[in-house]
Amino acid sequence: MSDSTASLVGDARTRALKRFNLGDRAFHLITKSAAVAVLLLLGGVIASLIHGSAPALSEFGFGFLTSEAWNPVTEKFGAAPAIYGTLLTSFIALLIAAPVGFGIAVFLTEICPFPLRRPIGIAIELLAGIPSIIYGIWGMFVLAPVLQATLQPWLIAGFADIPILNDLFAGPPYGIGIFTASIILSIMILPLIASISRDVFATVPTVLKEAAFGVGCTRWEVVRRIVMPYTGAGLVGGVMLALGRALGETMAVTFVIGNAHKIHASILGPGTTISATIANEFTEADGVLYTSSLIALGLVLFVITFIVLAASRLMLARLKRQEGR
Amino acid sequence: MNEAFHNESRPNAEALGDASGFFPALPEKMSVRNLDFFYGDHRALKSVSVPLFDRKVTAFIGPSGCGKSTLLRVLNRMYDLYPGQRAVGNVLLDGENVLDPKLDVNALRARVGMVFQKPTPFPMTIYENIAFGVRLYEKLGKADMDERVEKALRGAAIWDEVKDKLNASGLSLSGGQQQRLCIARTVAIQPEVILFDEPCSALDPISTAKIEELFDELRSEYTIAIVTHNMQQAVRVSQYTAFMYLGEMVEFGETDQIFQTPREIRTQDYITGRFG
Repeated sequence: MSDSTASLVGDARTRALKRFNLGDRAFHLITKSAAVAVLLLLGGVIASLIHGSAPALSEFGFGFLTSEAWNPVTEKFGAAPAIYGTLLTSFIALLIAAPVGFGIAVFLTEICPFPLRRPIGIAIELLAGIPSIIYGIWGMFVLAPVLQATLQPWLIAGFADIPILNDLFAGPPYGIGIFTASIILSIMILPLIASISRDVFATVPTVLKEAAFGVGCTRWEVVRRIVMPYTGAGLVGGVMLALGRALGETMAVTFVIGNAHKIHASILGPGTTISATIANEFTEADGVLYTSSLIALGLVLFVITFIVLAASRLMLARLKRQEGR
Repeated sequence: MNEAFHNESRPNAEALGDASGFFPALPEKMSVRNLDFFYGDHRALKSVSVPLFDRKVTAFIGPSGCGKSTLLRVLNRMYDLYPGQRAVGNVLLDGENVLDPKLDVNALRARVGMVFQKPTPFPMTIYENIAFGVRLYEKLGKADMDERVEKALRGAAIWDEVKDKLNASGLSLSGGQQQRLCIARTVAIQPEVILFDEPCSALDPISTAKIEELFDELRSEYTIAIVTHNMQQAVRVSQYTAFMYLGEMVEFGETDQIFQTPREIRTQDYITGRFG
């Protein structure tokens, strides 16, 4: 083997390496710009929201958040009823959907016979695939009349003599309202909570569960003391994701919430949410202040969602640290 | 040829069916008689019979897949968790049939504790890891519980290492410490039998030595079964050894006898490293 062939091979290898290097740098650049694009988009959205809401915010100031007024004729706008409705419907929806979702997940991962696991799992995921407009129609034409005739009168009568609670469940039974919207929301976020918690529960090592059974735990004790704590962070994450979805959900809620810019003591009363207000009124918003107020509502929703996400991140980080993982 | 080989092993298998005849002086804490085990259609244990003598360490050796771990999982009905797995035969604990479907499995598992191949600390503090199991059965005051936790941790030779951080997460310990924590957890509920499923296979030699030292103390109070791939370990910790192969109990006897003068050619081949 002469020197010349050796150097020829060496040259080819250097060229190939150079080519790889170039490809690597291009790849680096492409992925980096994709990541930066997301940040730019986010910044753009924030900037336009702030710009759009500037007239309303400068007119009403901080009072925009606390005022209950919503009068297009006198051009007085306040976000309080919409914020209240958004937070309350999401909260009640979580209150209903989280336990049920955890229950479904526990059943699917721990108790359900193997042949049934897939069909039930798929059915739940199909529930998540139903477009929200369908939930809205169903809520308005089926759920609301049923609730109006059955559950709501029962709640009103049942709590009539109990202080505080009788204000919470005060009549008349409209059918539509905060309560109905919350139930629709809970049905919509249920699949999300159920499927995330199922995936999270599935990460618990079998040996760990066996060890717990090995000290004589029942299934309930294993779920309560081992599976839940082990997956705590993931569960909180799943619930927060669901909360994010519930806060922003528009179509279904718009159908059944009643669209009243008022804060009722009773959760059976009609109300509104931020997204429902925007969806309902954007087409008829004439005048700078009206439009700007709606955009300001959007900004508020953005901030609320951001706070929820940030809080969930913080909680997850704290849980991780507690568990020493 | 093959036929002859099988025939040769038969008389011994039958003798095992009445192992008490071999060792008349020793009380059997657990007795396995003619046990078959099925994973669906697959027969993983074939008419296995073996005694666990009271307060002795019995080692189960044999190549992977021979059914050692399966046998262990029958002894505390761990297989119950999985549909499609079933056991046929007799497994007695103090004369009571463990395989009885009406038996309370949680109570059984409190009497027959288990330590697994991988350390499995629960996601809670070191203290809680011990107290958790105890609390399932007994209502103890703070002082009594503290005492029980300390006793269990001392029993597993880990007290000195963790006494200053009982409120740290069990997961923050090293692998060897975690395994001793799991032993302490098992000891704390005061079982009668402890099953060890390759307890040292994920540990370094120093941790392994610490756990092996424990066995001599543990057997003064508990009946112990250990599955191991490490034959020196079987020699070091056990008084009796069972050699299993392809789901059959090939030979059972005193550990010294099994390793020095095995009766079966397959046992000899395995312990001298000719197969498996």
